[in-house]
Amino acid sequence: MDVEIRIQDTPLQPWSEMPPVHAGRPSVGGVVSFVGLMRDSNQGDAVAGMTLEHYPGMTEKALAQIVDEAGQRWQLEAVRVIHRVGELAPQDPIVLVAVASAHRGEAFQACEFIMDYLKTRAPFWKRERTAAGDARWVDARHSDDAAAAAWENGPES
Amino acid sequence: MIQVLYFASLRERLGRGDETLDQHPDTLAALRAQLAARGGAWHEVFAGDLRVLAAVNQEMAGEDGAIADGDEIGFFPPVTGG
Repeated sequence: MDVEIRIQDTPLQPWSEMPPVHAGRPSVGGVVSFVGLMRDSNQGDAVAGMTLEHYPGMTEKALAQIVDEAGQRWQLEAVRVIHRVGELAPQDPIVLVAVASAHRGEAFQACEFIMDYLKTRAPFWKRERTAAGDARWVDARHSDDAAAAAWENGPES
Repeated sequence: MIQVLYFASLRERLGRGDETLDQHPDTLAALRAQLAARGGAWHEVFAGDLRVLAAVNQEMAGEDGAIADGDEIGFFPPVTGG
């Protein structure tokens, strides 16, 4: 399994900036990719912008462990995870997870698994600025904890 | 000697992002108690209702996590990436 993990403070352009994750891998039968975008509202308030902070060093380790665990659960050919930090505006891509596998089922499951674990285990924090001018740290969601926990005894290939 | 790092909302509440401690206990639970004893915001963060996660040498660690000389300890709120 080939793994590429990147944290960047420059705009993420998941559809144009790099070769597709299956490039040069004729054994790949399917690629599933997820792109997370910044929304323009949260908890009923219009949001004008966001700053993403992380724990340099630990972030890369945590993501590598998550991808490694996905590679143990499913037969994967390649995984790419790219996550933004710094200043973001609504509609900016926050994260790309792309998984290439011989068969679609494994790619679909692994992509969702990586996102669910990233949401609860990778040390990133969002601070948003509302259109009204307030700044606030975004609270973690219980639904994210539940989604990650479901994999503990959940579906495997 | 250990290095202690504070992130995101914790850094703002505590008014600092990092510090070096010459004297340190040997578990995370004891370190939390030591920091809470500073009072004020420290008590609120480390002895209050907030959920505060911890990492030892950049690996998530539980309350019984061991601390050794030279370790890097990170404290932070639940994560919100992705």
